[in-house]
Formats: sequence, structure tokens, C-alpha cells
Amino acid sequence: MSTPLVEVKDLAKTFDVSAPWLNRVVEGKSRQFVHAVDGVSFAIQRGKTLALVGESGCGKSTVARLLVGLYKPTRGSVQFDGKDTHSAADRTQLRLMRRRMQMIFQDPYASLNPRWKVRDIVGEPLTEHGLVSDADELRNRVAALLLSVGLAAADVDKFPHQFSGGQRQRISIARALATQPEFLVCDEPTSALDVSVQAQVLNIMKDLQRQRGLTYLFISHNLAVVRHVADQVGVMYLGRLVELADKAELFSRPRHPYTRMLLDAIPDIHMSGRARTPVQGEVPNPLNPPSGCAFHPRCPHADARCSQERPALTAVAGISVACHAVAQGRI
Amino acid sequence: MTGNAPLLEVRHLRVEFPSRRGTLLALDDISFSIAPGEVLGVVGESGAGKSLTGSAIIGLLDPPGRIAGGEIVLAGQRIDNLPYEQMRAIRGRRIGAIFQDPLTSLNPLYTIGRQLVQTIRTHLPLSQDQARARAVKLLQETGIPAAEQRLDQYPHQFSGGMRQRVVIALALAAEPQLIVADEPTTALDVSIQAQIISLLRRLCKEHGTAVMLVTHDMGVIAETCDRVAVMYAGRIVEVGPVADVIHRPSHPYTVGLMGSIPAMDEDRERLLQIDGAMPRLNAIPSGCAFNPRCAQVLERCRSERPDLIDAGPTRAACWLVAGGQRRAA
Repeated sequence: MSTPLVEVKDLAKTFDVSAPWLNRVVEGKSRQFVHAVDGVSFAIQRGKTLALVGESGCGKSTVARLLVGLYKPTRGSVQFDGKDTHSAADRTQLRLMRRRMQMIFQDPYASLNPRWKVRDIVGEPLTEHGLVSDADELRNRVAALLLSVGLAAADVDKFPHQFSGGQRQRISIARALATQPEFLVCDEPTSALDVSVQAQVLNIMKDLQRQRGLTYLFISHNLAVVRHVADQVGVMYLGRLVELADKAELFSRPRHPYTRMLLDAIPDIHMSGRARTPVQGEVPNPLNPPSGCAFHPRCPHADARCSQERPALTAVAGISVACHAVAQGRI
Repeated sequence: MTGNAPLLEVRHLRVEFPSRRGTLLALDDISFSIAPGEVLGVVGESGAGKSLTGSAIIGLLDPPGRIAGGEIVLAGQRIDNLPYEQMRAIRGRRIGAIFQDPLTSLNPLYTIGRQLVQTIRTHLPLSQDQARARAVKLLQETGIPAAEQRLDQYPHQFSGGMRQRVVIALALAAEPQLIVADEPTTALDVSIQAQIISLLRRLCKEHGTAVMLVTHDMGVIAETCDRVAVMYAGRIVEVGPVADVIHRPSHPYTVGLMGSIPAMDEDRERLLQIDGAMPRLNAIPSGCAFNPRCAQVLERCRSERPDLIDAGPTRAACWLVAGGQRRAA
């Protein structure tokens, strides 16, 4: 196996959500922390797609933001092409690294500046990183980028409000591609879009991956979309990875009870007769996560050990699962 | 299902939005019916007019929108032209509503109990204590644990899934004949979504309530509905039993819509895609509104507008169906 393009080791991010100092002193409240991401490790091979799935609040977007450097990790490291992204000694090196990774955000309405023309939105990374020498080159590059995502070169003089949701998401993709990155972090890129538009955007993303050899980290809560785009899938629950496996393996033989539950919960449009089992309970409050395995209060296979001892993510034959019941062969 | 007189009948409904630059036709010639105890799904993409159809039925069209033609009949009574006060008495009593966002459908300043009791007492002749007992029973029915204590809590103390259960309890409070549910599960996670859908289905079966379920999620439709209507640019393009619309669609738009959904049980390198986007209300093409995006467009499609006609098990508004050239590809 070659060295992976992106390697994440024991990544953790803790947010301080304590009451203000005065309230703590006067009302005797203690400090409170949310462990949004708690010890996540994975690697993405060049040209491949890793998808992270999970319900709201499981920490998948925090992982995305840690990877591109929008947050500083509390613990752990992110290695990009063999170099640590957060401890890079000098800023020029960091800038060079940043140019090679870009991000696509969820909401195409909030991630484009409404007062900027498309020319400026897509052109900003080019001028910021000094990738163009004059205005002519800038114009040509922007036009080429728009064409590559299926928009017209004449669209450069329009404002974001003149586009539909799907077209705006294409502008975001064009902007992300401007610096010719190798690695794209996509945080729910299609969840704000209608299905037919989602199909257009997913097709463009797959075409671009093939043409440019892009590596994706794809964050989504939609398992059907994940199954369509991913090579590897990581399932997150309350800030931790509970299962990490190849797509085919994960969808045909899910190991972790939470993965099974998620797969069972998907409405089936083909009505293959598979009974959908509504799961009991909800995601616990991350401020006060359950002891032991965070999933044990909802898990049908939980025993005394699960409520005390936190299972570690252990790999067997390329599939990593964090579950006592699986490790013991109970399920 | 058949043989029963329909509970709700919508005939040739037309909704307009007058604007300075001319009148926009948001709903055009919408006709459908729902039998007692039946679940009708309404699907379509953003802007197709699905939510607007729901709002028109419950009489909550935002001005300047107005019903410009057609009629809405609930159990034999015409309700689209009722005065405001009479419509208010029907809304909540005979037609319940569930909206997308459970956070904004509840008043954050009042306890859940107060909101439930108020709704119950507005519509049913019960005393404060009786209404409270009924509220507890409703919360229990919707699967909220410790209903008695939860009654005195505020909406922010509930999670999203629990709030949506409260909203369903509110909609069921006066035992309505019809529930209009507008994207009831869109704001929820999949695991919670499954719980809410099965709850809604169970309660409607038990109470014999008819449901109009508006959603863009075909999975939810497939699981929940008896029949489904597909909307495009303010018109119904296909309507029929849910299995037929999903597996044997006739209208090219429905075919494209189904093909663009990533499936869980097959591998495809590319998804089927419908190029372009739905037209804006001020630029709806003449003839069939779908003709600029349709791969099998005929000359006739550009000039003449098709009506819903029988297409095997479903009814579709398409000239290909009329000419017997359905799905030649």
C-alpha cells in the first residue's frame, strides 16, 4: 500500500461551553466541556473517497473543519502528504499546503458572498495565492473553471442570487477547484439540494475526481448518497468512530450495532419487503455522554461491560469496529 | 378505498399571486381526492407547489396569494370560500396540520401542557381537568415517556424528535378527519425519522384519519403512502398507487426523478440526471411545462398542454402517454 495522502491520528477537539466566569463564581457552576471529536484516526489513499456518516451532533463537521485548519485540534495530528498541517514551522509552507486542500460547504446560500460577482468569488483564491499574473489570465482561468463544472463563461458577471441552489453549489465547487487542490473536504455538499439537482452535483463531483485524481473527504448523513460516492465509510457516534470499513463490506455486512441501526432506519423506496425497525431512543446529550460505550443505552446487545468500559476501535481483516459484543463474537 | 365517498376533494384548484409585474400562477388546475383513512403523498422539488397546495387546503395562504378558481370540498362541504371565523373553527377541529420545523411550530414561552390544553379546549367542550387528562393521554399515545411530568416543561427542554411528537399530539388533539403534514420528518435524523413515520402511520390507522403527506423524500413516500401525486411547476404530472408510480412511472419527469435517487441496492457509476432546473413561476414554458428538459419531447408538447389521462395503473399528464409512445427508450 502506498502512503496515504491524508492521515489523521487520534484527533480530538474539545469545546469549552462553561458558563461565564462571574456565573461560575456566584452560582458555583463548574466548567463544562464538549468532546466534539474524541480520538478519531483514519487515512485516505490518493484518489479515493472516505465518507463520514452519523447523525446531527456526532462531530463529523468538526472533523472536516479540523482537517482544513478552521479549528485547532486539542489533541492528535493531521498529516497531509507526510507533513503535519498544524505544526508546520513557517507560514509559507503552511500556505503551500493550504492551497492543496479546499473545502465545499453545506449551504450554497450562506457560503457565497451575496455582494460579490461570480468572477470575484471564483477568482479570489487565484489572486490570494498569487496563481495568476494579470487580469486576462484571471478571466480565462475563471471562465475555464466555470465551464468545468457545467456553468457558462458568461456567468462571471452575475451575482449569487441569480443562480439556483444547484448552480450555486457548482460555483462553490469551482471556487474550491481554483487552486488545483488534490484534496477536497465536502461537508454535506448536497443535503440542501433537491434530488434531481443532487444527482447533477454528485455526477460532476465524480467526473472531476476521475479527471483530476481528486481525493475526497465526504461528510453526509444520507447513507444512499454515501453508498454512491464513497470507497471507504466511517460511521461516527458522539465524537468517535464506531466502524470504519470498505463501502461494500460496510453495506453488505455491517458489524457495529449502531451501523446496523442506521442502515435499518433508511426508508426503502424499492419496498423489497425489508421491515424497517424503528430504533428506540435518541442521541444522548454530548455534554453528558453515557459511560463506557456511548451507544450502550440504545444498544440491544449491551451488557454490563459495555456500560463501564469503552471499547477501542480494533481492526480485523481491514474492518475496524469499536464494540465489545463484536469483539467477543456475541453478534 | 374505492366505493367510499372521498373525504377531501380538490377540483381544478388554481392559486395566483398578483404582483406588480403581472399575476403569477402558482397552482394550476390541481385535482385530487383523499378517501377516509387514506394516506396521499405529494412529492416534487422545491417550488413545485406542494406546500402551497397544503396551505390552500387549510386556508392559510400567505397574502397576496389567493384561490382564483376551483373548489375544495371536505366531507361534502365546500371550505375554500368560507369566512375566516368559520374556517378557523374547521382548522384544528376537522383538519389538523403538522409543519416541517418542530421548533417554530411550538410557542417557546408556554409549557407543552398549556398549549395542548388550550388547543383541546378551543375545539372540544371539556373542563380544564378533562383536557389535561386528554393531553396526557395524547402524549402517551405519541410515545413520550413520563408524559405527566413532561406536560409542565417548555419546548426547549425537548429534543427535536420529541418536539415533533408534541406537534403530532397537537394535530391529533381534536381528532381531525384530515391531517395535512408538510415535510414532518425533514428536520430530523434518519433514526428519529423512522420513529416519527411509523408513529404517524399507526395513529392514523387507529383513528381512521386521512393524511396528505407533503415531502420531497421518496423513501418516506414509499413507506407511508397509499397513493402519490407528483407535482411539477404548479401542476400534478402523475398520480397513482405508490408502487406503480415508483416502479412503473409513465411521465418522463417521474422517470427522471426516480432515477436520480441513489439506490441502496444497486451500483451505478453515474446517476440519471435531468438537466436544467424547474422553471420560475414567471417563465413557465408554453405547452407542457417540462418540455425544455424532456428527452422525448414531441412537437405537440411545445404548444399544447396535456391533461391527466389514464396510463395503465397511474394517470399521467403527457402526450407520449396519449400517443401510446410511452417510454419508447
